[in-house]
Amino acid sequence: MRHFPLWKTIVSGVIVFFSVLYCLPTLMGGAPSWWPSWLPAKTVYRGLDLQGGLYLLLHVQTDKAVEQAAENLVDEIRLSLRKGKVRYQSIKRQGMDAVELNLPADAAKAEVLTLLKGDFRNAKVEETPDGAIRVRFDAKEVADLRRFAVDQSIQTIRSRIDQFGVAEPSLQKQGEERILLQLPGLDDPSRAKNLIGRTARLEFKMVDEKGDLAAALAGAIPPDDQILYEERAPGRGRQPGKRGKTAAAAAEDAGQKVVRTPLLVKKRASLTGELLTDARVNFDQYGEPLVSIVFNHQGARKFAQVTGEHVGERLAIVLDDKIYSAPVLREKIEGGRAQITGNFSMEEAHDLAIVLRAGALPAPVTILEERTVGPTLGSDAIHEGILSSVAGGLLVILFMGLYYKGMGWLANIAVVFNIFVLMAVLAGLQAALTVPGIAGVVLLIGIAVDANVLIIERIREELRLGKSPFAAIDQGYDKAFLTILDSHVTALATSLILFQFGTGPVRGFAVTLAIGLVASLFTSITLTRLMLYYLLRNRRVQKLSI
Amino acid sequence: MELIRSNINFDFVGLKKWAFVISGLTFFLSIVSLSTHGLNFGLDFAGGAVLQVRFPGPAPIASVRTALGEIGLAGAVIQEFGSPQEILIRIHQEQQPGGKDGESAKMSQKIMDAISPLAGKDQKVELRRVEYVGPQVGRELTVNGIWAVVYSWLAILVYVGIRFEFRFAVGAVLSLIHDVFIILGFFSFTQKEFSLVVVAALLTIIGYSINDTIVVFDRIRDEIKRMRNYPLEAVINEAVNRTLSRTIITSLTVVLVLVALLFYGGEVIHDFALALLLGVVVGTWSSIYVASPTVLVLENWQKRRQAVREAATP
Repeated sequence: MRHFPLWKTIVSGVIVFFSVLYCLPTLMGGAPSWWPSWLPAKTVYRGLDLQGGLYLLLHVQTDKAVEQAAENLVDEIRLSLRKGKVRYQSIKRQGMDAVELNLPADAAKAEVLTLLKGDFRNAKVEETPDGAIRVRFDAKEVADLRRFAVDQSIQTIRSRIDQFGVAEPSLQKQGEERILLQLPGLDDPSRAKNLIGRTARLEFKMVDEKGDLAAALAGAIPPDDQILYEERAPGRGRQPGKRGKTAAAAAEDAGQKVVRTPLLVKKRASLTGELLTDARVNFDQYGEPLVSIVFNHQGARKFAQVTGEHVGERLAIVLDDKIYSAPVLREKIEGGRAQITGNFSMEEAHDLAIVLRAGALPAPVTILEERTVGPTLGSDAIHEGILSSVAGGLLVILFMGLYYKGMGWLANIAVVFNIFVLMAVLAGLQAALTVPGIAGVVLLIGIAVDANVLIIERIREELRLGKSPFAAIDQGYDKAFLTILDSHVTALATSLILFQFGTGPVRGFAVTLAIGLVASLFTSITLTRLMLYYLLRNRRVQKLSI
Repeated sequence: MELIRSNINFDFVGLKKWAFVISGLTFFLSIVSLSTHGLNFGLDFAGGAVLQVRFPGPAPIASVRTALGEIGLAGAVIQEFGSPQEILIRIHQEQQPGGKDGESAKMSQKIMDAISPLAGKDQKVELRRVEYVGPQVGRELTVNGIWAVVYSWLAILVYVGIRFEFRFAVGAVLSLIHDVFIILGFFSFTQKEFSLVVVAALLTIIGYSINDTIVVFDRIRDEIKRMRNYPLEAVINEAVNRTLSRTIITSLTVVLVLVALLFYGGEVIHDFALALLLGVVVGTWSSIYVASPTVLVLENWQKRRQAVREAATP
């Protein structure tokens, strides 16, 4: 038999040693307490379908963020016009990304154009055919706004999740305006979902006490006003706490009528949640939870100013266009503290405090795809997966051992090591093992066994031609080598393509398969050869056990 | 031990006409079924929502149906899943109430609220799984899946074309197309749900089939060198016969794993294993009877063209 070089033995030994080492924590079901800290302790990371959890694909409605920026642009232009002492007839947002300005007929348009061009370099300022002035964000600015909205959303959601307390959350930007969120092992996914999906725009708006509410409800809404509703369950007191629900929603379920009170409020917010520094859960004198908020310096000054100017009027506290309460301002409030009441359940108040601390999402998000796997289902999947794989594996091992005898057992060792190497790499890279990944493992076992069968069958053929055992082994390996290489490289190419172009589950399949294929090349060709060499080199073999 | 005699010499190529009829007919029927019945697209591709719920006792399916009807989800499909305690509630895309913010989140809560009282006092209905796929994502998953498979075919065409010859590459890809469409036809004919798991099975079958094809091709290439004076028919026959033992043993081991998955793998793996079992049979068949005959047909066609050309140029 051909000599097996020492360096190959050493390299093989190192590979086998490290793959067993990296596998051990997983095989033992987590690194035990005596496991030294300098040894790899990572176990194979199970995908959400195997361990349970929440998978969300979110779409950030960046159009809304651009719209909001255009609204802000209206204010900025107003300011700039005031500074330049320019009178104007009307100014309003037009479309998603532009502002249109109408000047009196006798105005010096050219001067205004120069003024605006100087002040707004990130926008295109031009005169429209019908004589108005249009300020439109340029394409780069719009792209920046969109990108910023997505990045900001990721940050905000991450901070909300961190405060909610989830181990190993994963948040990724996907494509231009999508966020992929994976939260493993959650007890109450629907609560987490509410927490994440909420825009949480907190606004303080003055109630228009002079406006005619009845006329507004009939359709005649004053131009600077809007109608918002306050929802309140009848009677104070906490509703029997249903998880993640407002008391109002719980009351609705209980058949009680929720009172919806319309209020006419100013469109412009006097103050927004951006100026908050803190929000926490507190209790009123009846022991009902409420959320107390603290403004920063600027917010406190503005709050004092607003409350001072409007004593005797009502200030509506609006969250995501819903009024939580609208207390009458009795005096100027200094110190920058306020309270939000609203018949909260304890959890509701707690979650509200979290979203207020983390800040509002710059744009609303919608759920495009959601997959929630309960923890018991995940562990059932694991048990069934393990049970069936072990059962299948044992059948194969038994069959190979019976059919190919000694060589069959060598092949069995090779295939088992193949799976070890795969597990070690998965644990080392922390790539997730999913149900499609298990499909990849099944295919891998098939291909790995096939590689060994190819070698053994070739050796058998050579033996039939009357060659000596050693010569048959050398010839068998040589002839099978190209076949194995071709079949592995083809499968590898396929899996790389699938990884490149596939999405989630397809990728999981591709990764597992690709790693396993590389491992299979090593175990079937090199490892079995090495074992044969050291088993047989000092013996006079008359007949192979094959 | 030997299952297959080492000196076996079965005339595979001689039966290629019959094989062509069988393959062609199955392929044709698959296409017919696909174009008339279509596929029973699961949630992943069609969009919609699925809830898997476990009751403490046997699930009261009729009452669940009534309860869902009361909250405006009369069109929901309810079926037993795995055990009598567990049910699957499917809601199709059209019944999704609007596409508004967090609508799916609210819906699953609404459904749970509606059916929780059915479990009886102090008993809990367990929500084991929720899946919601919006229409846009469903479409993307479909399109991406198709492109991934098509690109993998192109890659195989190129690689096999380089390593062997172009006609081998054509044979390999034709046999893959054959396999994929027959499996699709099976899912169309039985109207079993076509989900992402089935796509994983399809990918596995493609992987298995190409592996099988390459092994036979490799042997053909070997035998061509050895049997220079023989016609290609004889060479292919020899190659298939010499690899037959390996083909049978490998298929058998894979079948062993799959049978284990089929019986112990649980509900989700079950369909996967079933698709694979079929795939192993079809994939092995196509390596012998689609891939190799294609090489033969292309060779004969080339020879004929060459003969015509030689006849034309005096």
